Amino acid sequence: MIRNMQLVYLAIPLVCLAASLVAGLFGPRIGRAGAHSVTILGVALAFVLSVVVFLDVHAGNRFNGSIYTWALSGGVPFEIGFLIDELSALMMVVVTFVSLMVHIYTIGYMHDDPGYQRFFSYISLFTFSMLMLVMSNNFLQLFFGWEAVGLVSYLLIGFWFKKESAIAANLKAFVVNRVGDFGFLLGIAAVLYVFGTLDYAAVFASAPDAVALQFRFLGGDMTWMTAICLLLFVGAMGKSAQVPLHVWLPDSMEGPTPISALIHAATMVTAGIFMVARMSPLFELSETALTVVMTIGAITAFFMALIGMVQNDIKRVVAYSTLSQLGYMTVALGASAYAAGIFHLGTHAFFKALLFLAAGSVIIALHHQQDMRKMGGLGRVMPITFLTAWIGTIALIGLPPFSGFFSKDAIIEAVHASTLPSAGLAWLALTAGTFVTSFYSFRLLFMTFHGKPRMDKETLRHAKESPWVVTVPLVLLAIPSMIAGALYVEPALFGDLFGDSLFVLPEHDTLARIGAAYEGKHGIELVLSMILHGALQPPVILTLLGAVTAWFLYIKRPDLPDTLVRRFSAIHGMLMRKYGFDEFYERVFAGGARRIGHAFWQTGDARLIDGLMVNGTARSVGWISGIVRHIQSGYVYTYAFAMILGLVVLLTWMLWS
Amino acid sequence: MDGHLLSMLIWLPILGGVTVLATGPDTNAPVARKLSLGISVAAVLLSLPLYTGFDKTTAAMQFIEHASWVRTFNIYYSLGVDGISMPLILLTTALTPIVVIAGWEVIQEKVAQYMAAFLVMEGLMIGVFSAVDAVLFYVFWEGMLIPMFIIIGIWGGPNRIYATIKFFLYTLLGSLLMLVAFLYLYHQSGSFSILEYHTLPLDINTQILLFIAFFAAFAVKVPMFPVHTWLPDAHVEAPTGGSVILAAILLKMGAYGFLRFSLPILPDASHALAGFMITLSLIAVVYIALVALVQEDMKKLIAYSSIAHMGFVTLGFFIFSAQGIEGGLIQMISHGFISGALFLCVGVLYDRVHSRQISSYGGVANTMPVFASFMMLFAMANSGLPGTSGFVGEFLVILAAFQVNAWYAVLAGTTLIFGAAYTLWMYKRVIFGDVANKEVEKLQDVSTREVVFLALLAILVLGMGVWPYPFLEVMHVSVENLVVQATASKL
Repeated sequence: MIRNMQLVYLAIPLVCLAASLVAGLFGPRIGRAGAHSVTILGVALAFVLSVVVFLDVHAGNRFNGSIYTWALSGGVPFEIGFLIDELSALMMVVVTFVSLMVHIYTIGYMHDDPGYQRFFSYISLFTFSMLMLVMSNNFLQLFFGWEAVGLVSYLLIGFWFKKESAIAANLKAFVVNRVGDFGFLLGIAAVLYVFGTLDYAAVFASAPDAVALQFRFLGGDMTWMTAICLLLFVGAMGKSAQVPLHVWLPDSMEGPTPISALIHAATMVTAGIFMVARMSPLFELSETALTVVMTIGAITAFFMALIGMVQNDIKRVVAYSTLSQLGYMTVALGASAYAAGIFHLGTHAFFKALLFLAAGSVIIALHHQQDMRKMGGLGRVMPITFLTAWIGTIALIGLPPFSGFFSKDAIIEAVHASTLPSAGLAWLALTAGTFVTSFYSFRLLFMTFHGKPRMDKETLRHAKESPWVVTVPLVLLAIPSMIAGALYVEPALFGDLFGDSLFVLPEHDTLARIGAAYEGKHGIELVLSMILHGALQPPVILTLLGAVTAWFLYIKRPDLPDTLVRRFSAIHGMLMRKYGFDEFYERVFAGGARRIGHAFWQTGDARLIDGLMVNGTARSVGWISGIVRHIQSGYVYTYAFAMILGLVVLLTWMLWS
Repeated sequence: MDGHLLSMLIWLPILGGVTVLATGPDTNAPVARKLSLGISVAAVLLSLPLYTGFDKTTAAMQFIEHASWVRTFNIYYSLGVDGISMPLILLTTALTPIVVIAGWEVIQEKVAQYMAAFLVMEGLMIGVFSAVDAVLFYVFWEGMLIPMFIIIGIWGGPNRIYATIKFFLYTLLGSLLMLVAFLYLYHQSGSFSILEYHTLPLDINTQILLFIAFFAAFAVKVPMFPVHTWLPDAHVEAPTGGSVILAAILLKMGAYGFLRFSLPILPDASHALAGFMITLSLIAVVYIALVALVQEDMKKLIAYSSIAHMGFVTLGFFIFSAQGIEGGLIQMISHGFISGALFLCVGVLYDRVHSRQISSYGGVANTMPVFASFMMLFAMANSGLPGTSGFVGEFLVILAAFQVNAWYAVLAGTTLIFGAAYTLWMYKRVIFGDVANKEVEKLQDVSTREVVFLALLAILVLGMGVWPYPFLEVMHVSVENLVVQATASKL
């Protein structure tokens, strides 16, 4: 049995890779149907096997082992290997499930696209990379997967490579992510420096002994543990789009919508969250790092949500929502509520993928119209999309009993219970954020599906519900969006869904503090008392308030928003400019690098080195030879004179000495 | 026969080159091409036993050949390889057939001479990597410049004379100082055996003077900042094949020199000047990367990128740890594949459009999708993406640098950002976007011949990225031994 399971582990990523290679290399030969069949078959198999692994892990069979030695240098082995435990098994199920849904959906969404086979090849390659990332048992392979998902993200954002905005966005995404990876790689180097190995288990085992190691930094003392955690977290900030490395994610919406759902909402962007949770044995040992994590998360959660309120592009609203929700997850990590963070990662994967795919369904119905100001009243035309979008929205804003309620409420409660210095403000940001979340979500729903249609007649006449390949994934994602929260809240927060894969110090155990309030309650009783408790708390009340506000502004008094925009034009302008991050980065970093590059090239290389040293040498050789040439005149008397002169000098010198 | 493997590897291409030359005028061009391909492939096959028959457990020279050459001065025709030089010989034999294929239809004038120049150069380069006698080394070292000058000077671009003279002046000055160093060492030891120099006691002042002499020769070849400015000019003027060999192998000779001479012969000077060497290496990584960012000529951009990548090699060497040196060696081999591939990619475009300017292109992916995929792979490899060979060396060097001084790693690590920025920005402007002009619209995707050399390099780049173990395995013992030599003081 054990031997067979190892083959299963290996098969899960490899079927995706194989399918990707087939679709990519033989795309023209196997045709469209061939490409989607082989990739869907591959990822479906990966999903089924992931479920098998999940059940097997919960039956007590974990695995930690190497597949092959990638390299050996300086006595340090660098391995490729798997760590299969509760955390990775759960991630595998979530990744392969969402990926499968997106694969099926793509048949409908990319139906007319000339790059059909290429697209399927990419998303299968993505699934492979993401699986390698979550299944890794060491930092090297983690980095492999980390960069590989970045590559596929780059390829897919720029999938429509003729579009100038798309290829600007993908370059930006890759380079900004590389800024994060720069920190991440240094973090890995620091891990090797401190622990002498990159193997998770070995590092985690010796982490408590390394906690006191310090070094001098900027005139103060810093523990290596804090440095390692902060550097690794810089990587997470890139991949999980936390302020100030968030700028690439909204632009990534230039890619096809299935990608926004799979990569830029459900899976890749949560890699940072997963990584920090996986590193919980390290982060737990540095309260400084946890405080930074919580602060960054809170800033992202609140301020990115605010931008979502003013966006008119339907995908951008969902994108800013994703940024904000990633902030919620990050705060959970900071509060040591890793389980709540991963739980929210899971529920968010379902409802956010659902919302993106629903948005995509609207976009194809309107022939690639993404501006919500030209939508409205689509509820009657597209009932399934409409209904599932509502389900996704309720799950997102966190109304009980849908899934988002349980995971988000747990995060807010955990922050409340946290004793870190930033916990108070973080709690405020997250709680206020619920109002904003609810507002932008309902604004989207109302502007898209309710009210009077604002598109032209022709478009409206052609608008119809999407085909089954699109709606079936919507329905299949709507189900977990509704029930996954209630179903898994107990094992996730207070039970054994994560087993020993997450590590929390007793003094940081915020979830245990929450759990104390529900002492002795289990199953449906626990769920009900959580709902009862939550319903009277500020988050739910603010959520309802946000919904009512959106209703008032976009259904009851649709004339009001414009007035408000004029009245508060300064704030609105700042939100529209996204706080000016993009301009600042473009001018200072991109422009600055180019200016410095030019200066180095023109002044350093051309003027100083070439001009002064190289050509200067050549010139001075020429100049000297010009003088020396006069001596070699060819006249005998000149030579005779020189000889006599030399003789005189020589004789004088000999006489004197 | 086995006893003369290295000699055969050196002389087969040289004599083969002479034979190709004998095919004469361009009417016989098809014969010259086929003959050259045959010889270069034969050299590949001949070099395989170097790997398969290599004893990984010893740091001593293997496949030794030893014959008296000039008895009066104790000069020997002495050959041998260890785990440091053997992979570089394989790199040389692997790339020559690719260059021959790359020049197949492109070179229409003086075909026999062109092919012969590359074959002769192959033999001489193998000679450089396998010589264990200083004079023999010097002869190969200088000798191989001649075919390179010819290649740039005859098949090169419009400004080729300036480029060759610059190249010549730079390298000659360095080489002469190296010759002086050899003569001094001979004077001290009465021998030209490089291995004997390893144990020759030298005081610190002598070591530093010798280090500077060697530095002049090797730093120019690598090239290190600030003696790098010949490289962009040479690349721009060189024909594609010349650029490939220049970037892939010629630059490696400088780095190899540091390992073969500076570190083991002058350990104390190496340590004393390590800070200087590391500073220059880091300047190469950061400064040159920024210069690469603003290049408008694709070949210049790749040339500057080469200098930045070679900065990792010298950085890895002067950390004096096995990981750093192995990382540097891996980076040398990987850079051979990747820069070679990128220059070939530029060549593929140049052959069609006759421009190296980025602004002449745009939207090439529309008309050359297969080519775009290959170039994507090589661009990513140049950005150091894990899973490609470009990652391995940089990763090991950054890890090793961190062990010595975290700030070295911080500066070196910026390559993650800059490397991606300059490579992918170029890729974006050349390959992505809508069809930019009529020339791009008319482009034909890669031919079978072009697919062959691009695919060969793609396999090498990916293979080394996914499993660098076999490449590192052969280096371990020699590198460990070198680390011991470089850390044992001679004072």
